[in-house]
Amino acid sequence: MIQLSPIDPVKAYLGQRIVSQEQLAIMGDYWGTNLSLGERVVGWLQTLASGSMGFSLIYRVPVTEVIMQKFTASLTLMVVSWVISAIVGFGLGIIAGAKEGSWIDKAIKTYCYILQSTPTFWIGLVLLMVFSVYLGWFPIGLSVPMGQLADTVTFWQWLYRLILPAITLSIVGIASLTMYTRDKLINVKKSDYFLFAQARGESFWGIIKNHGIRNVLLPAITIQFLSFNELFGGTILVEQVFAYPGIGQATVAAGLRSDVPLLLGIVIISTIFVFVGNLLADVIYKYVDPRIRSEDDE
Amino acid sequence: MEKLLEVNNLSISFTQYVQGLNRHDLKVISDLTIDVMENEIVAILGSSGSGKSLLAHSILGILPYNSHVSGEIKYKGNILTQELKEKLRGKEICLIPQSVNFLDPLMKVSEQAIGECKDENEHNEKKLRQREVFDKYGLDESVDDLYPFELSGGMARKVLLSTALIGNPNLLIADEPTPGLDRKSVEETIEDIKNLKENGKGVLLITHEIDVALKTADRIAIFYSGYVIEINKVENFSDTDKLLHPYTKVLINALPRNGFNFSEGVQPLDDVSGCPYYENCPVRLDKCENNIPQLIEHNGVMIRCFNIGGVNDEP
Repeated sequence: MIQLSPIDPVKAYLGQRIVSQEQLAIMGDYWGTNLSLGERVVGWLQTLASGSMGFSLIYRVPVTEVIMQKFTASLTLMVVSWVISAIVGFGLGIIAGAKEGSWIDKAIKTYCYILQSTPTFWIGLVLLMVFSVYLGWFPIGLSVPMGQLADTVTFWQWLYRLILPAITLSIVGIASLTMYTRDKLINVKKSDYFLFAQARGESFWGIIKNHGIRNVLLPAITIQFLSFNELFGGTILVEQVFAYPGIGQATVAAGLRSDVPLLLGIVIISTIFVFVGNLLADVIYKYVDPRIRSEDDE
Repeated sequence: MEKLLEVNNLSISFTQYVQGLNRHDLKVISDLTIDVMENEIVAILGSSGSGKSLLAHSILGILPYNSHVSGEIKYKGNILTQELKEKLRGKEICLIPQSVNFLDPLMKVSEQAIGECKDENEHNEKKLRQREVFDKYGLDESVDDLYPFELSGGMARKVLLSTALIGNPNLLIADEPTPGLDRKSVEETIEDIKNLKENGKGVLLITHEIDVALKTADRIAIFYSGYVIEINKVENFSDTDKLLHPYTKVLINALPRNGFNFSEGVQPLDDVSGCPYYENCPVRLDKCENNIPQLIEHNGVMIRCFNIGGVNDEP
């Protein structure tokens, strides 16, 4: 795809500098742009196998280094928002499901529909306007205060700047998880074992706690791990809106400025990331659900 | 002997929406009257899907919200309000559910039998009791840690029975305890239920299996199209002459050992204006078409038929 797009790595590397035609040809030889597509793919795979992803054209350092640095920054953002969306989403889902049909359920449902149908970047912009511009509670962007070196940033400063992007990123995850948890809990409430627990005189919230959460938690965990790809997609937008220097920003930069090695590197890393999420979901299921666990024992 | 349970003129109906916004009341149980004494097993015998289970649900107060209930249910002489039901259920009145589906699939069976506890002490106390009850039914300690899907049909039966007995209730409601079980498990279940009676408990057995009802119960109530049409002693069921309602006679004659006499006709699903058995009745009278006979006592038998006794005059 990149091959077909009007991207020329040589031009991207040179930027706005003026060079002669001969120099261009030498550069082309050096970068291998005049090789066929097949040869280039094979060459890239070979270097990948040897552990290198090549050089980033815009950052002028090995791609692995760029990704490592950017990914750690993004990872904290993603982990924080992932945890927030898991806890809040599950909690809201349980409340809505337990109180199905009540005003609180309707409120949570409406809230979820609105969030679900709103693009992440727009939520980010709204939050920025309200909390940073009008109220002035949070900084407008960047993970480090302006005019300060990254090394000198304190933990609290860093955390303070993480709050708004993390909330924005978690919001979309909350909506889908809440709706899912709510639906599952309503199903549990219709089940025979729920009825029987009632017939045995257990209290309503006792049943929700003992039987409801027990049966809803597993599928909810799975859903949450499967949401890794949405999380990754969301990061790209959120980092752009908040000017947070993470993997999302690097992706956009690599795309816009035709940094082919970096883009390919990010694609690989994100694929691994999503794959690990799915794998974790499967593994957890296996260890937590007694029905699957004992099948393996036999 | 004390009357444990008394159900008088209980009707249960559901509101349904048919074709858009047309509301329609679906009557499932009409004018049901039945009682259960201490040391007694009363069976309610009716066809599958006729709404017998709803009687159990209404006694325990777990009917769905779109149901309408009229009539009264008394426990030991006190009217069972929703509040009282919630207080008594699980303690004095217990349900023995139909199948293993009534257990939480992700919870160990011993924990489910113990149920909800306020604190550690209560849990330990109930744990001892649970072990005692499990032992009585031949479930050893290895069963404690099993999950419901790991139980065999017979074991599941015993676990379900145990769940009801841990609280030491006075009245048990067994909802279809035998379907899908092999012959041996059915025999065992029948024995187990009979043993409950020996221990002074009252049992309301809801079933569609004539044999189970005949072998277990002291009295059998015949449930037809939402009505109880006859409540007779189990001894009388061996002789059709002692049975009063024409449907009961047909039912018993249809048993293989009584000649497999088959009769035509189905139970009406819609509300009928007269006797529910009018369409199929061989001895129907003119007034049966538009008048519903009342359940009356006739020589110790409860019967709903205009042919019996002089009390069922024109209303």
